[in-house]
Amino acid sequence: MASKFTRSNSTGWLMAGPAAVLMGLFIVLPFLFAIGLSFTNQRLISPNPTQFVGLSNYSQLLGVGLLTLEPERNEAGDVVRAEDGAVSYPALRGYTRNNPDYPQLDGMREWFSFSLGESRTYVLARDVVFAKAVVNTIIFVLVVAPVQGGLALVLALLINQKLRGINVFRAIYFMPVVVSIVVVSLLWRFIYDGQSGLLNNLLSALTFGAFPRIDWLGNPSTALGAIIAMSIWQAVGFHMVIWLSGLQTISPSLYEAAAIEGASKWQTFRYVTWPGLRNTAVLVLIVITMQAFALFAQIDVMTSGGPLDSTQTIVFQAVERGYGKQDISGGSTISVILFVFVLAISLLQRWLTREKK
Amino acid sequence: MASVSLKNVRKNYGAADIIKGVDIDIADGEFCVFVGPSGCGKSTLLRMIAGLEDISGGTLSIGDRVVNDLPPKDRSIAMVFQSYAIFPHMTVRENLAFGLTIANAPKVEKDAKVAEAARILQMEHLLERRPSQLSGGQRQRVAIGRAIVRKPGVFLFDEPLSNLDAALRVDMRMELAKLHNDLGATMVYVTHDQVEAMTLADKIVVLNAGIVQQVGSPLELYHCPVNKFVAGFIGSPKMNFFDLMVESGDDAGLRISGPALQEFSLPLTGAAERLVGKKLTMGVRPHDLYLSGDGPLKGTVILVEHLGNETLVSLSLTNGQAVIVALDGDTECRVGQTLKVGFPANKVHLFEENGNRVAV
Repeated sequence: MASKFTRSNSTGWLMAGPAAVLMGLFIVLPFLFAIGLSFTNQRLISPNPTQFVGLSNYSQLLGVGLLTLEPERNEAGDVVRAEDGAVSYPALRGYTRNNPDYPQLDGMREWFSFSLGESRTYVLARDVVFAKAVVNTIIFVLVVAPVQGGLALVLALLINQKLRGINVFRAIYFMPVVVSIVVVSLLWRFIYDGQSGLLNNLLSALTFGAFPRIDWLGNPSTALGAIIAMSIWQAVGFHMVIWLSGLQTISPSLYEAAAIEGASKWQTFRYVTWPGLRNTAVLVLIVITMQAFALFAQIDVMTSGGPLDSTQTIVFQAVERGYGKQDISGGSTISVILFVFVLAISLLQRWLTREKK
Repeated sequence: MASVSLKNVRKNYGAADIIKGVDIDIADGEFCVFVGPSGCGKSTLLRMIAGLEDISGGTLSIGDRVVNDLPPKDRSIAMVFQSYAIFPHMTVRENLAFGLTIANAPKVEKDAKVAEAARILQMEHLLERRPSQLSGGQRQRVAIGRAIVRKPGVFLFDEPLSNLDAALRVDMRMELAKLHNDLGATMVYVTHDQVEAMTLADKIVVLNAGIVQQVGSPLELYHCPVNKFVAGFIGSPKMNFFDLMVESGDDAGLRISGPALQEFSLPLTGAAERLVGKKLTMGVRPHDLYLSGDGPLKGTVILVEHLGNETLVSLSLTNGQAVIVALDGDTECRVGQTLKVGFPANKVHLFEENGNRVAV
């Protein structure tokens, strides 16, 4: 017989009520607001009335252009070279500032460029910082998702054993998850310190002083990597626990059957463990991807997007714009773009990891 | 094909003794059933033979090899689990061929062996299905098929029918018996169901609390249980037990009295003097009891169960003890009625106070 709870709709709603109201108020409503604001020029505080601006926020953020320039030539038709032999090209600003022949490039700046033969191709972006933020975020996701997921699986396999004191290891691996990310970020700032940081001291001690001291967070080529490493370490325990729960749903008799058939450790993993973790893998991958796209706190505490925008990220830009520059419509637009992005990738992952019939 | 021999085999987890010195010889081609109540150690014993549990003491031989320290795959065994343990993400074919796949066997060999196992179990039409598309009985068949593909010396079954419904269980039981006939392989089978044990076994090993109680053919165990435990465990419904006292005895037999029964005499000769004055337990199977106006048992009917082919009547004796009597299917009987019941003297089992059968 169905109990009163399953039959009575009002009881159900009453119980879900508090959570539903809070989620509606603080997640759904702001999200709908953001979509609305992204089509306006709303500022955080402004005496001017809000105006509908259509898609201009989006084109401002996402506008990119290509421009291929031929080298400058002298009257004889030879390529003009500087004293060090570098080919000289016409100035970019001649094309991107009030050039009636190139209206689509107006206001853009150089993002990056490359040479093909003698000509040089410039990739231009209307908002170079945002473009860098997108690229950095994608790099972050592409590295963190597989590495953190894989590492978490290895840890889960290691602690999924009946050993004395195994709970101690579980607790140790899980500990960074419990500590606030802000605290963790602060601590790692000390670890990464360019002078007397733990990492530099450790590397220098291990190599008897041969390893040069690096300002991990102050160097554009190492800053993003440093944040990636620290982020992987911080949340790996959480995903380890998810993997562990998946591992424990696999019937022990399957392992015994595999042992009787003579499967090696690798074959057991390949034929029993991994297929049994399919659903867990999808979950872990999607959760890590979504968390990685939301990268913010580490950046805010450790680098504020620097040095030279090398650690800009999408969410950091959203916050920076919306509150730092009080451009709330710009921040909202970034949030909506991020949402569409993450949704698309999650759907793609689900499709790629679907069970093939 | 292989024989299995256990000599003083022990298993303990720390201070807890699970298997307390077991000696069993299973001949080549024999169907041996380990039976006992839950927790008696029968599954542990089977898993020790399989190599899934360490052996704490004694020797285990399969064929003429001592296999104590060999991994499962080198013991020439195959095991069928209660939970089937078939791989859910593989088709039936892949499940059957699993052992060959991981041993990198050529495809021709794989196909041939899978086809043969499928033919034996009549499941050729299931080969491309996944376990989720199979019924319980079909899954069990796949598990058995995977064992057949291994061509083991010894088949091990760990309560293979427990997860099936009653009707299917009877069918699968007959199929297992047929399979044993066809393959002629040694089979060791664990169950808590004494009907399975009686119907399938050449040899039954009754276990209780990690000790072998009795080893014998089904009928030996039924007709001549060596102790009260075996007597109570084998046979359904359970044997009735009565406490009694031997009042006197001579060459004609024993005069016997008890709290639940009228004094009667048992024409038991030879042991008379030894037993006089002793407290014994008498066991009589429900099917050996019959209605008799001058029977030594008298009780009130408290429950009548008509099974069609027979009628099970529960009586409450004068001292409150319950007794089950199996009567003809057509017996008319009402709750509250008083019945008198007797039994043939040669169907009586006598046990001493320590539970052992009285030797006569």
